[in-house]
Amino acid sequence: MIFAIEVAIGGLLVGVMYSLVALGFVLIYKSSGVFNFAQGDMTLFAALALVGFLTLLPLWLAILAGLVIMIALAIAIEAVVLRPLVARPPLALFMATIGLGFLLQGIGQGIWGTDPKGLDIGISDIPFKAWGLLISQFDLVGGALAGGLVFALVWFFQKSRTGRALRAVSDDHEAALSVGIPLRRAWAISWAIAGLVALVAGIMWGSRLGVQFSLSLIALKALPILILGGIDSIPGAIIAGLIVGASENLAEVFLGPYVGGGIQTFFPYLLALVVLWFKPYGMFGREIIERV
Amino acid sequence: MIYRECGVFKANYRADMAIFPIPLDRWGVIIILFIAFLVVPFSASDYWLSSILIPFLVFSLAALGLNFLTGYAGQLSIGHAAFMAVGAYISLILYGRYEVPLLLSLLGGGLVAAAVGAVFGTPSLRIKGFYLAVSTLAAQFIIQWVLTHWEWISGGVFGTVDTPPMQVFGWPIDTPVKKYYLVLSVVVPLTIFGKNLVRGQLGRAWMAIRDMDVAAEIIGISLFWNKLLAFAVSSFYAGVAGGLITFTYYGAANIEAFNIMVSFHLLGMIIIGGMGSVLGSFFGGGFITLLPIFINQFAHAFGTALKTDLLACLELIFFGGLIIFFLIVEPYGLARLWRTGKDKLRLWPFPY
Repeated sequence: MIFAIEVAIGGLLVGVMYSLVALGFVLIYKSSGVFNFAQGDMTLFAALALVGFLTLLPLWLAILAGLVIMIALAIAIEAVVLRPLVARPPLALFMATIGLGFLLQGIGQGIWGTDPKGLDIGISDIPFKAWGLLISQFDLVGGALAGGLVFALVWFFQKSRTGRALRAVSDDHEAALSVGIPLRRAWAISWAIAGLVALVAGIMWGSRLGVQFSLSLIALKALPILILGGIDSIPGAIIAGLIVGASENLAEVFLGPYVGGGIQTFFPYLLALVVLWFKPYGMFGREIIERV
Repeated sequence: MIYRECGVFKANYRADMAIFPIPLDRWGVIIILFIAFLVVPFSASDYWLSSILIPFLVFSLAALGLNFLTGYAGQLSIGHAAFMAVGAYISLILYGRYEVPLLLSLLGGGLVAAAVGAVFGTPSLRIKGFYLAVSTLAAQFIIQWVLTHWEWISGGVFGTVDTPPMQVFGWPIDTPVKKYYLVLSVVVPLTIFGKNLVRGQLGRAWMAIRDMDVAAEIIGISLFWNKLLAFAVSSFYAGVAGGLITFTYYGAANIEAFNIMVSFHLLGMIIIGGMGSVLGSFFGGGFITLLPIFINQFAHAFGTALKTDLLACLELIFFGGLIIFFLIVEPYGLARLWRTGKDKLRLWPFPY
């Protein structure tokens, strides 16, 4: 039983780390109506940039420089990719972000190299015992960071003036423009926030797995979380992340041996598919009502 | 003056329904087929045949399949390579283990892929848009896992099945030229079939669903059948393409040859080639197949021996950049450019 609880807690903490990536997707969707498939590649890009700066600067300065890079990137994306695609169907924007993902992968690895790099931010990954359970300190820090980010972002979207403007933009680009919301600035802001989340996710995942190409594949783990929780729900991303993390770990440990193992790769998708059959907009997603 | 649409007098229904009503188009197609069947095999080198033309044709076929689903029916799929994998494994097993004739086993692979595709298409009845796009990714991961872990299929965890020597009607298929003929004689009929499919009732129903599914349902188009058929037909093409490429190009069914990158490449092909265009699938297939070779040559032309990982990065940058470029500048891809070119040629060289 203790073992099962440990497995579940380990899964929950990993799930929070997945949610960090899923959060980036939700943010951009919520604030600009774009499903940003490049979030994983932005994570990789941020981590690569950070490692690149770390060779020259101390940690806090490198993080600051990484942040500046991500903001510059957001502004560039807005100017080059998004602005020409205003008022085009959402699927066109979605496919553009797939292209953007490849572009970022190519540029990031072209500048900083394709070899795996280590990233050490000074938090140990050695598990310790608490109440008779083995818990990783690293996971706890990750969980706390994700929790803090969620609270800050929920506040930002619900209470602040800019956050409300961003929600209006996501609802309808043209209507938002007509009531005087500066669309370009709104997009740049939302992508910059997503860049910040990507940086945090890049730091956490990069120091766990090493900074390399496979970091961008974390996004594929975040996608089922996203549709499970609902594309436009920040709490949904966290709750679904916890569910996915715990259930995939439990499934792998207790179900895996019977079917040959490796079910972690697809179990979250299966879970999400089953839930989508009953709730087509995820658990907390806003239902879209269509008219002819 | 060069591209003339005049002199077409449709005197009966047959002429009105013709697939290429304009004589110039008809002749163009005949000439292309003539070149493909009779000129290319005897003039192209083995390298061109086996490592450029065969993948070009097969990936164009797979892109055509995806185009039915995404370009015509409007259902985005980002896990399409998985259906290619199903076709590849099933046709190999049919041919190698049960000794079904080659063409029949390709057909069998396609049919099984179609059935699997229809199953993964069922969520499209309830969900749409981004939720659907992500749920098609589920196909990619679930199918990959099943193919590698089900021992009846892969015979082990590594999931590689070798191709036995091939023959059609007792003729051994061993040289690149013969393989090219095999590919061509599968791709051409399927393309003509596909072209007719999208001109007919089914294609029109798909386009109505793509443009607005609620409205389509109201005018009496069954979303259930048409969406499932779109998934099935599209997966059938992918399955046949998967089987073909395994037999003629890879030589062994390996799950890594159908990973998620291949799905993205297929998507890139239809974006660059042209969404909702049969011709565009071939443009896109050719473009994406040739792109790495192009970049390689380009790097050589500069005289500097670029490192391989830098070349791979350049490829990614070009691929991503081109997708964005086409989405912004020419959302209907190379097929639309082709059409614009034809419109220009109608008047050229006279100004009016």
